[in-house]
Amino acid sequence: MFDPAFLLAGVLNGLLAGGIYVLVAVGLTLIYGVLHIINFAHGSLLMLAMYAVFYLWRLIGIDPYAALPVVIAGAFGFGFVLYRLLIGRYNHGRDENILLITLGLSIVIDNVALLFFGGDTQTIDVPYAGTFVEIGAAFLPLPKIISFGASLVICAALGLYMAKSDMGKAIRAVAKERQGARLVGIDVENVFAVSYGIGIACLGAAACLLMPTYYVTPSSGHAFVLVAFTIVVLGGMGSFAGAAVGGFIIGITESLGGLFLGEQLGQIGISLIFILILLLKPTGLFGSRA
Amino acid sequence: MTKQRKTGVSRRTFIAGGTALATGAIGAPAVVRAQPAAVKVGMIHPVTGFVAYNGQQSRLGGTMAIEDVNKAGGIKSMGGAKLEALLGDSQSKVEVGVSEVEKMNEQGVAAYIGCFQSPVGIAASQAAAKYGTPFLVDVGASDLLMSRGLKNVFRLKPGFGVCVDDGIASLAALNKAANGVAKTAVIVHESGEFGTGTAKLLAGKLPSIGIAAKELIAHDNPTRNFDNIALRIRSLAPDIVMMSNYGNEYMLLARTLYQQKVNVAGFFSILGGGFNYKFVKEMPDVSQYMMDVNHWYNPKSPQAQALKKRVEATGALFTFEVYLTYTNVMLLADALEHAGSADKEKLIAALAVSTFKAELMPYGPTKFVNGQNQGGRPATMQSLKGEIEVIAPEEFASAKAVFPKPKL
Repeated sequence: MFDPAFLLAGVLNGLLAGGIYVLVAVGLTLIYGVLHIINFAHGSLLMLAMYAVFYLWRLIGIDPYAALPVVIAGAFGFGFVLYRLLIGRYNHGRDENILLITLGLSIVIDNVALLFFGGDTQTIDVPYAGTFVEIGAAFLPLPKIISFGASLVICAALGLYMAKSDMGKAIRAVAKERQGARLVGIDVENVFAVSYGIGIACLGAAACLLMPTYYVTPSSGHAFVLVAFTIVVLGGMGSFAGAAVGGFIIGITESLGGLFLGEQLGQIGISLIFILILLLKPTGLFGSRA
Repeated sequence: MTKQRKTGVSRRTFIAGGTALATGAIGAPAVVRAQPAAVKVGMIHPVTGFVAYNGQQSRLGGTMAIEDVNKAGGIKSMGGAKLEALLGDSQSKVEVGVSEVEKMNEQGVAAYIGCFQSPVGIAASQAAAKYGTPFLVDVGASDLLMSRGLKNVFRLKPGFGVCVDDGIASLAALNKAANGVAKTAVIVHESGEFGTGTAKLLAGKLPSIGIAAKELIAHDNPTRNFDNIALRIRSLAPDIVMMSNYGNEYMLLARTLYQQKVNVAGFFSILGGGFNYKFVKEMPDVSQYMMDVNHWYNPKSPQAQALKKRVEATGALFTFEVYLTYTNVMLLADALEHAGSADKEKLIAALAVSTFKAELMPYGPTKFVNGQNQGGRPATMQSLKGEIEVIAPEEFASAKAVFPKPKL
């Protein structure tokens, strides 16, 4: 079992899984960084995006990867409108209200999805599902390699957007000092809505990358949220780079833990990291004190 | 002389009308009282949560059966009493399943049917025992359900003990015909009562047919990624992989094993939650040659074929949850017919001596011993070219098994 070939395969599997975790966590940390709330509807919105990908494939025959631009744009629009019409309007300026709204939203979305889509498991069987790349003992499925690469590209593009664009600068300004940003003329409410939209767009991207290898049911989005929370805490709440690095660390930890300790016991690694970070560096790897 | 025009109501008309009204007012309740009271049947299934699909399928089968009983005139020995479904959602959670039992008890339930997940069924049937209310386990594999000495609990289908025994017998026959190609196995199972119990039984019985269980690998529900399990299996290099999981994880594991090119002589599951028409149709490459020991309808039964058509006409699949819950409602209706009453004690007594013929299932006449039907048996199926074929028992077989499967 401790054959280095299998160790390498475990690391590679972990990296590929981490690519998806990164996207989910980046959306979560962006929303936290700007709005200072945990988006409890994250898993439900991921599930909705997965259904969108599934139905684009089922009804129109669009490949999940080809659906990326459509789903990302749709998810952004959905998140933006959701913030404008619901979250922003009814929070009455209190962050805890946003928590309750997103929690309520999550319950409503899950049950509406169950009503309309049923509880059945839906999958996409792409023609290249069985294609793989062999590296030592690792058989890396092509869809997972594509997902990993696409995830890196999307994260890099988002990082560039945040660093170079006016909106990116405005988002960073609001995240750092909300009142100051308002004083220099930034439309803070608009930045909130755009940030929420980008966070949900990340979920749209994750949904496209997940569907060729995963399945969707009305409760499937939540499986990724707990791990995304851990990544956000590990990387530093609100830290973009932290979410990226944290995603890969958690992916590899989960993979090696599962490989050497068994799938159940292997999850202990993730919890252990979570506890250690809270004890030793509560601000996370890249986080700074408020 | 002017004729007086009658404009009002005459005394005679008033009295006649009043009498009619009074008769109606007093007589109507007499008519209502003549209708036998509906028998309330509590159906508790996980229609939300991680096994929502299975619960919805059970509910579909149960409500169809109640509809059929009522259309056929209800319970004749009770003056044509109709069955009334009380629908409960366990939300895939033990505590919610128990609270549904309590809620339905307040509503005057005559009997319960449920609960799909063994842990929910164990707790819910225990709660029903407090009130002496009959509890029919439609789906629920754990043998712990039936070994607690509860007089109110009945299970028509076989538990995982019988399924493992039949599975072991099928596997032994297949392996013998293949010159003993399988000598080692890895068992992948979900970590709950159902998967763990099944895996332990399997590991204990495999050596009796010359197969050693190299490792038991447990996983949680849900599991996001089976890559490591596939890698571990490849490193252990077993001859066969045995599985016992709920639907989503079964499907994801099967797909991962296919994508990771896990080359073994066969995949053999006991009560594989995801082995159904949808899986074999939508993933023919992944499912090809996979085998499963599970509940299956009698393909030679005209009633089963007719119900299959009806279910498929609704857009649903004819999965085991549908016909098992349907059959349990029919069992209850039969017991009510014999008891002639919804009295709980009489109903339990009628169930205990029931000889109900489960038309849809490949079972013999019902005979309950400590609540467990002795005639229930599973079938062994194999996915072949996008179809599910029965490969054992021989009298129901529709195809010859392919074992070992060709290498990938």
